[in-house]
Amino acid sequence: MSSIMDVFTALAISCGAFFFVAGTIGLLRFPDVPTRLHALTKADNLGLGLVTLGLLPQVVGALAALKLISVWLFALISGAIVTQLIVRAVR
Amino acid sequence: MAVAFDIGLIVLLVGIGAWMIVVRDVVVATIIFVVYGLLMAIAWVRLSAVDVALTEAAIGSGIAGMLLLGAAARLKGTDASGTRLSFPMTIVAAVLCAVISASLAAVMLLPTHAAPTLAPLAMQNLDQTGLGNPVAAVLFAYRALDTLLEKVVLLLALVGVWSLAPDRAWGGAPSLDNYVPPSDILAFFAQILPPFGIVFAIYMTWTGATNPGGAFQGGTVLAVMWLLVMMAGIMRAPSIGNAWLRWLLVAGPALFLVVGLAGFFIAAGFLAYPPAYAKALIVVVEIALAISIAATLGLLAAGPPERMQ
Amino acid sequence: MTTATLFGLCSSALVGLGLFGLIVDPHPLRKVLAFNLLGSGVFLLFGVIARRGAAAGLGGDPVPQALVITGIVVAFAATALAVALVLRLFAAEADSAVKSETTSAGMKVDGGRS
Repeated sequence: MSSIMDVFTALAISCGAFFFVAGTIGLLRFPDVPTRLHALTKADNLGLGLVTLGLLPQVVGALAALKLISVWLFALISGAIVTQLIVRAVR
Repeated sequence: MAVAFDIGLIVLLVGIGAWMIVVRDVVVATIIFVVYGLLMAIAWVRLSAVDVALTEAAIGSGIAGMLLLGAAARLKGTDASGTRLSFPMTIVAAVLCAVISASLAAVMLLPTHAAPTLAPLAMQNLDQTGLGNPVAAVLFAYRALDTLLEKVVLLLALVGVWSLAPDRAWGGAPSLDNYVPPSDILAFFAQILPPFGIVFAIYMTWTGATNPGGAFQGGTVLAVMWLLVMMAGIMRAPSIGNAWLRWLLVAGPALFLVVGLAGFFIAAGFLAYPPAYAKALIVVVEIALAISIAATLGLLAAGPPERMQ
Repeated sequence: MTTATLFGLCSSALVGLGLFGLIVDPHPLRKVLAFNLLGSGVFLLFGVIARRGAAAGLGGDPVPQALVITGIVVAFAATALAVALVLRLFAAEADSAVKSETTSAGMKVDGGRS
């Protein structure tokens, strides 16, 4: 059972890493600030969600799992708001 | 496997540090510094020092990054100021720094006998303090004098920052809208995040007695929430002549000093705790210190007063 | 090569880099940044010493770790004071530059240049 969980963790974290790499490529290749931010927030939030999903089987207890999910939610909220602020500053 | 991760992290750290030294623009250098601080926090976790990792992420990269970024934004046009060293002198400086690095590295690579350590002593006396976190025991029981003096140093630095106010603004309030013009999105952010931040800060201060955490980390999160609320314009920056603000700043070290002096009467000496009440006293002192640290760090990052209230 | 030794080598490289940046770069804010780099390298050195002192069931010696926490807080206080000084320095220079332009030209300089 635990080996299945380990395989799931490895798969989910690899998918998350792939999305992070995709977001970074978007950051480097897109022409201007709004498109770069679009690539960054979408891909990075999905990547972080997949990494969090992959780490959930490894922690013990519901409280620790809730803490991991709350990390993802905080990153989501601050990413969204900072993106809006940056775009307003650039335009 | 872990060694591969360490090597990757170290290459990133040294590479990012070198990039920060070399890059031309000051604002870019400051942003690189914030990234560097977060990577350093991961390095601290690899060294099994989780309290230090929390402190580095909060103070070393969070609030220091905010302070430096604001200053870099204000100094945007002055990149070319000052005369650079001539090329031969730059080479001499590089050679000397390389010599220092090499000698430190040689010391690191010396064969280690059993390293001197105070960990057994710290663990032996841990149950007398009633705490579960040995770093908190060192900070508040074994080396409590260091922590008290560190709080006083923070207050002295704050007085130093305040003394740089122009004469017309003495007694006024620092202005925080240099960072970003107040907008509705920032106001929204400053209304949904601080409740969570305050709960988080209280949790970190409270659990610092048994798990990694403590007054410094919790106080820094409180300071950052306060700064966010002031930057969004929801709360105005208090004027530095405000009496309750000054009482908040002094409350932490004053309580610590009172508890320390009471140690003469109820325990062995200055800053000693009676074993039955040790944990209670330490937790009370930590709570007061967290509030004072929040006020002090927030005002340090806000800067000298710039306008009369 | 243990983790501690690797990070020890890293800290020596960071100390060298920070010192180089402190000497070479003329802009005061860059000097403050390089000073922080130097400081973080020194703190990492302490962390390596703490890690090597792992004993009694702990991952590291708690005394150097507590010293580093104190050091990080005091370094931030020093950085805040340094940044306030740098901002005041540049504000004072800008003020004196405007004053000398006004007096040397004999009439008010128009703001088209800066």
